[in-house]
Amino acid sequence: MSLALRQPTGNVFANGKLHKSVPWLLLLGSWVALALVFALLNAGGATKDFNVVAAVFLGTVLFDVLIVVVSRIVEGGRKAVDRLITSLVITAFVIAVLPLVSLLWTVLADGLARFDAQFFSYSMRGVISEGGGAVHALIGTLEITLFAALISVPIGLLTSIYLVEYGTGILARGITFFVDVMTGIPSIVAGLFAYSLFALFLGPGARFGLVGSVALAVLMIPIVVRSTEEVLKIVPMELREASYALGVPKWLTIVKVVLPTSLAGITTGVMLSIARVIGETAPLLVTAGFTSSMNYDLFKDPMMTLPVFAYTQYSQQGANPVPFVDRAWTAALLLILIVMLLNLLARFITRLFAPKLPR
Amino acid sequence: MTTAPVRDQDIATPSKPKAVVRIGDRVFSAASVAAGSLILFVLVLVAAFLVWQSIPAFNAEAGTLPNSAANFWTYVGPLVFGTVWSAFLALIMAVPLAIGIALFISHYAPRRLAPVLGYVIDLLAAVPSVVYGLWGIVVLARLVKPLYAFLNEHFGWIPLFSGPLSGTGRTILTASIVLAVMAIPIMTAVMREIFLQAPTLNEEAALALGATRWEMIRMSVLPFAKSGIVSAIMLGLGRALGETMAIALVLSVSTNITFQLLTPLNPSTIAANIALQFAEASGTALNALIASGLILFVITLVINMLARYIVRKRVS
Repeated sequence: MSLALRQPTGNVFANGKLHKSVPWLLLLGSWVALALVFALLNAGGATKDFNVVAAVFLGTVLFDVLIVVVSRIVEGGRKAVDRLITSLVITAFVIAVLPLVSLLWTVLADGLARFDAQFFSYSMRGVISEGGGAVHALIGTLEITLFAALISVPIGLLTSIYLVEYGTGILARGITFFVDVMTGIPSIVAGLFAYSLFALFLGPGARFGLVGSVALAVLMIPIVVRSTEEVLKIVPMELREASYALGVPKWLTIVKVVLPTSLAGITTGVMLSIARVIGETAPLLVTAGFTSSMNYDLFKDPMMTLPVFAYTQYSQQGANPVPFVDRAWTAALLLILIVMLLNLLARFITRLFAPKLPR
Repeated sequence: MTTAPVRDQDIATPSKPKAVVRIGDRVFSAASVAAGSLILFVLVLVAAFLVWQSIPAFNAEAGTLPNSAANFWTYVGPLVFGTVWSAFLALIMAVPLAIGIALFISHYAPRRLAPVLGYVIDLLAAVPSVVYGLWGIVVLARLVKPLYAFLNEHFGWIPLFSGPLSGTGRTILTASIVLAVMAIPIMTAVMREIFLQAPTLNEEAALALGATRWEMIRMSVLPFAKSGIVSAIMLGLGRALGETMAIALVLSVSTNITFQLLTPLNPSTIAANIALQFAEASGTALNALIASGLILFVITLVINMLARYIVRKRVS
C-alpha cells in the first residue's frame, strides 16, 4: 500500500516522500465521498435538501485525518505533524470563507427580489404590506454620512498633520495612544455619547440626523487619523527640505508640498473610513431614530438610514412578513454594494494616483 | 578640521538673523494642536456625559428600574454576564481560526495569491453588522438547528448542552458563532502583520537545519509573535464585547443567567439590550441603559488600552 504512494524510484531525494499529487487527490476524494454520503442521506429522506456546506466541511475534516495517517505511514512522525498543521491551517481558511460565501449568496439571492425601480423611488409612508421603498433611508444615509465626513475629515486631517509634522513629547504620544484606543470604542457607546450630548442642550428625546452624524464622526475620526498619518509619514523628507531651502514657510510647505503629494492616499483613507461607518446601525438607531417618511432636514425630526431600515423591516414585520423580509434583504444588498463600491474606488484611486516615490 | 575656526567666526558674528515668526505658521500649528487635543477632549467628554446621565440609575430606588430589578447592579448583572460569556464563546472559536488564517496567508499560501486571500478576509470586515445579523437569524440559525437537536439529545449529560432545546436556533451559541465570524478579520489582520515581521534569517536558519515548515514556525515565528497574538486576541475581544446588531437580531433574550448554550432563555448583552430597549425607554429606564453603556465603555476601554500597551511595548 505505502509503496504505491511513493515517487518512482531513481531520485534519492524523493524517497520516503509522498508524491505531490497525493494531497490533492485525497482532498478531492474525501469531498466526493462526503458528497456521496449526503446525496444518499438526501435520497433516503433523512435530510430535507442537499447540504453543500456540511459536505465540504466534513470532507475537509476527513481529508485532514487521511493525510496524517498516510503521511505517518510513508513519511514518518515529523512530516506527519507538518502535514497535519498544513491541512489544519488551510481548513481554517476554508471555514472562514464559508460564512462569507454563504452570506454573499443569501444577500444576492434574497435581495434581488425587490431590487427594482420602486425600491429607489418610494418611501415607506403609508405602506403596510407590499410595495414601498427605501429612498428615504438612502437619502438619510447619504446626508448623515456626508455630514459626519464633513466633521471628521478636517479634525482627522489636522490631527494627523500635528502627529507627523509638529508632534513631539507626551501630547503626541498620548494622542496616538488614545486614537488607537478610540478605534475600539463600541459603536453603540458613540451613539449614547451623541445622544447624551444633545440631551444636555435640548432635553431628553432629541433624535434627528445631526446627532447621528456626531455619533458617526466619533467613530470616523480615529480611522481618518490612522490612515492619513500612515500616508503623511511616507512623504519623502527631501521634498520638505527642498521647500524649506527655497524659503517657504512650514505651513505653506505642508499645504503646497506635503498634502498634494499624499492626496491620493488621504482620499483613499477617507473613503475607507466612510465605508467603515456607513453600515453602522446601532449608533443611528439610538440617535437618528427611525421613520417611514422622507426627511431631508438633518436638524429636525427622526431620519431613516439604510442599516436601520434593514433592521426595522426585519424586526417589525407586519401580518404578511414576506414583503418586509424582502425589503430588509434588498437594503442589505444595497448596503453591501455601497461598501464594496467605496472599497473598490479607494483601491482604484491608490493605484491610479499613487506618487512614484523613490525606493 | 582646518576650516572649523572660520565657521565658528561666522556663526559668532552679532548680526545673526533672527527666525521670522510667520502668522500663518502660528495659526496652522495652533489649529493642528487644537484638533489633536480635541480628540482627547472628546474621549473625556464621552466618559463625562455617560457618567452624568448614569447617576440617576446608580441611585435608583427599587421598582423604578426595568425587569423589576432591586437596584442597578442586579439589573446590569445578567447583561454583563451575557456580554462576557458570548464574547468568551466567540473567542474560543475565533482565536484558533484566526491564527490558522494568518499563518496561511503569511507562510503557507503561494506568494502571488497571498494579497488576494488577505483581501477576501478583509471583505469579511467590510460587511455591515446588521447584514451579519440578518444572515445569522435567517441562514445560520436554521442551519444549526439539527446540530443543536443532535447535541441536546446525545450530549445532554454535559451541562452546557442540557436544558430545554430552542426551537428557533436563536441561542447564545449561534450569536457567538456570528460574533466569531465578525472578530476573525480584525484578529487576522493584526496577526498577519506580526507573522510577516518575524526575522527571515531565523526562519531560513531553521529550514536550513532541516526543520519542517511547522517546526520552523514553532521555533522562529510563534515565539517572536507571542505578544502580538495576545494583543490581537484582546482587540478581537473588544470587538466581540461591543457588537450590537448581530446579537440584537439573532439572540432570543431573557433575564436569565445560565451557561446552557442551547436554550431559548439566553442572557442578553449590554449592547444588544440598549439597541432593543432604547426606543421605548424613558426616565430612569433610559438612565439605566446609558449606565450599562458606561460599564461597556469602561470594559472595552481597559481591554483596548491593555492590548495597545502590549503592542507598543513590543515595538519599542
